[in-house]
Amino acid sequence: MNSVETKPSHSGEAGHWGKDIRSDLHVAFEARENGGIEISLESRVAPYYGQAIMEQARAVLAALGVEHARVAIHDEGALPFTIGARIEAATRRAGAGAGKHWLPEQHRLPPPSPKERLRRSRLYLPGSEPKYFINAALHAPDAVILDLEDSVHRDEKDTARILVRNALRAVDFGACERMVRINQLPLGLEDLAAIVGQSPDLILMPKVEQPDQVAEVGRMIAEIKSREGITRPLWIMPILESALGIENAFAIAAASEHVAALTIGLEDYTADLGVTKTAEGRESQYARSRVVNAAHAAGVQAIDSVYGDVGDMDGLRRWGEASRAMGFEGMGCIHPGQIRVIHEAFRPTAAEIGKAQKIVAAFEDAQSKGLAVVSLGSKMIDPPVVHRAVKLVERAKAMGAIS
Amino acid sequence: MSDISSKRLELAHNALGRAVPTTVNGKPQIPFPGVGKFQPRGRKAAPPISSNKDYPDAGDKRVADLETALRKCGLRDGMVISNHHHLRDGDKVAMMALEAAARIGAKDLMWFPSASFPSQQGAIELMKKGVIHHIEGSMNGPLGDYCTQGKMRGMGVLRSHGGRYQAIQDGEVHVDIAVIAAPTADFFGNADGSHGKSACGSLGFALADSTYADHVIVVTDNLVPFPCVPWQIQGNNVDYVVEVESIGDPAKIVSGTTQITRSPDRLRIAELVATFLREAGIMKNGFSFQAGAGGIALAFVQYLKGMMKEDGVKARFVRGGSTKFLVELLQEGLTDYILDGQTFDLDGVKSMANDPRHVATSPFTSYNYHGKGNFASLVDAVVLGATEVDVNFNANVVTHSDGRLLHGIGGWQNCLFSGCSILALPSFRDRIPVIVDEVTTMTGPGEMIDVIVTERGIAINPRRTDLLHAVMGSKLPIRPIEDIKEEVEKICGGKPARPKLGDRPCAVVKWVDGTVLDTVWQVE
Repeated sequence: MNSVETKPSHSGEAGHWGKDIRSDLHVAFEARENGGIEISLESRVAPYYGQAIMEQARAVLAALGVEHARVAIHDEGALPFTIGARIEAATRRAGAGAGKHWLPEQHRLPPPSPKERLRRSRLYLPGSEPKYFINAALHAPDAVILDLEDSVHRDEKDTARILVRNALRAVDFGACERMVRINQLPLGLEDLAAIVGQSPDLILMPKVEQPDQVAEVGRMIAEIKSREGITRPLWIMPILESALGIENAFAIAAASEHVAALTIGLEDYTADLGVTKTAEGRESQYARSRVVNAAHAAGVQAIDSVYGDVGDMDGLRRWGEASRAMGFEGMGCIHPGQIRVIHEAFRPTAAEIGKAQKIVAAFEDAQSKGLAVVSLGSKMIDPPVVHRAVKLVERAKAMGAIS
Repeated sequence: MSDISSKRLELAHNALGRAVPTTVNGKPQIPFPGVGKFQPRGRKAAPPISSNKDYPDAGDKRVADLETALRKCGLRDGMVISNHHHLRDGDKVAMMALEAAARIGAKDLMWFPSASFPSQQGAIELMKKGVIHHIEGSMNGPLGDYCTQGKMRGMGVLRSHGGRYQAIQDGEVHVDIAVIAAPTADFFGNADGSHGKSACGSLGFALADSTYADHVIVVTDNLVPFPCVPWQIQGNNVDYVVEVESIGDPAKIVSGTTQITRSPDRLRIAELVATFLREAGIMKNGFSFQAGAGGIALAFVQYLKGMMKEDGVKARFVRGGSTKFLVELLQEGLTDYILDGQTFDLDGVKSMANDPRHVATSPFTSYNYHGKGNFASLVDAVVLGATEVDVNFNANVVTHSDGRLLHGIGGWQNCLFSGCSILALPSFRDRIPVIVDEVTTMTGPGEMIDVIVTERGIAINPRRTDLLHAVMGSKLPIRPIEDIKEEVEKICGGKPARPKLGDRPCAVVKWVDGTVLDTVWQVE
């Protein structure tokens, strides 16, 4: 059941309920002049958490500065971070609680994200579907993306933003890099205002066509971070999804020192070209090569698009292997089942690792002997080859391919 | 017959500290004294002596209808009528029999199904009318609610499949009339489950009743000329044969195709279970396992199959609940036999009908407490579910956390005797933690439960130092059970409140030996 509407009066609703809904709730908020707070609760977990939900609801309303209201809650086993988000969203939709918020308990933040960290897989999580958040990290993608853009209906942007903010704070995403895909500007700036304070690790910017869009986002992030006293890095990954974006790839990748990776969105790109997206991807060969080249020229990672058929693991594997061969370092996933295949596809072969290890050993040997020239057998090894080998060995270690 | 509403029941604490009634439906009970501590003496129960001279020389035992058959069996008030659940939710025979009894005017019957299904909700009306006094057998859905709301006149008694056999064998339950639904039968009463339009596979649940009941009626919609081969039920035990248009709805008897779970979290659990068996060295040539037809169990079989192929390992036998996934193991040479207690899909039924290596078994073979040895303990590993498990590895499968009846015990308790009993379950459902301080209803003592596999990690019972040792150094996420519980409570926003249970017993849970393991209390 989906009964989310914004009413013109001092009332608002948010969330979902019904027998097919899990881990969510529906909140109907109605402001009133007096009479204090009146809450009605129906919950499938009432015998266990009914009291806790009532207490939380009162705390959230108090934090939002609400003194008089009628609130009806239909809960389908939502977790506290979702309950807080839905009550806040309903309250805001009723025109109350402006400028205030309630935040769930802060989960320990993961270590700050290095610019060059592994980004083989990033799992898309629709920002309005809390049930997918809590176990996402168990499937061990390199990153999760809390998506505020295409997977969120335009009428739900306000509620998803609050939900994602709470999730960044309360959900244990384990070792995953915590990415948020914001909306296109200017809406994306409102997303930033809501979420940057909760220290996501990376912002995905959709449909970027001009470098100044990236610069603007970089400035806004810097502003919020300095206001909130946040020192952790927050990287940017622009998504190029049009012919113009591809043409400006290098300038976009170089537009901010905070850009850590450049990626491409093939659904929109092929639509822009008016061609059919195929499983082989010949139609996007040029654009993808261009992204790889621009990214490397700017010193950032090149990351591929998603593979849309979640049932076709062989196709995904072929795509991933071809993608790695082109110079990409990872791709997106739309289902947890894709993660392992992608990781395997982006894993260097045993022969590559072996060769790189030999080169690294030869380099270390030369260093210890004070030799400027590295040689392996009868061959002299050029410095760029050494550099690539060192990087490959590091990557293979990070992937667990070698100990 | 006693009325629980009119008396105060005396309670005693059993070896696990659970308060249990000392009499149930007028019969004295033994509180659970601990696993393997109860030693019954005496002789097994037996049906009355019959003589073949009393049966037609030509062997034709057919009568016009069920009502006639019940009359000829001497149906009286207060009798015990039994049915069996091999037709699952497609069964029509149980309601046919009970309604025929109602038409005859019988009152205060005890209905003794091997399990009940939603299609038998009509039993509620018959309880209200006084035809049925109470039910001893699994109850869920509306029937379960009727019981836990305290509306049933007698107490519910939940037994495992093996426990039902035990209760019949040692005379705790004497079946007056057994009514057996038969997908194929001949006029002599020989019956088979693996052929016919209503084919269901094994008829094993009816075996005890066919040999111990005073009277046995076979009801079929596929009468074949004598002999019906194979005969899973022997006509020598049968009094009457009734032919009807249809014994059940084939669409609900077996599923066309059984579905593997698609939930990534459940798939993860299934894969962890399979990996555990491999890493613990249980998956080795000649091993055996049992897994049911739940989504996680089916996925487990698929993961294990891949690992067996990779490692070149073959099983000696697998135990069903059979499905197409077990049948594939058989056909691909990854197991020598399927020993099947219950057949869940069409592939399973076909395989049993055509492949001699797919063997129909009964609870007598698989689970019988009064047998000379226990098949269940010969199985190397079993993968089961549960609604709750506590930090002492005790588990609940029969009630929701709020005390309402949810499931029967099935073969669950009996399977706990395997070499490695694994519960595969999500660590919380909606917001309700599955790992708790104390289970609502004790269905399996923790000493019988070895491994809990959740999406957040694997907890090994500290008693199983051998298993802990076997997986040491593996990449499996082995964690103390308390650790997983704490993490889940943090996610769920604190410990759940304990639901308030009433103080009136409305059903009891029996252990496999017939002693009383726990009480199901009335809920509001």
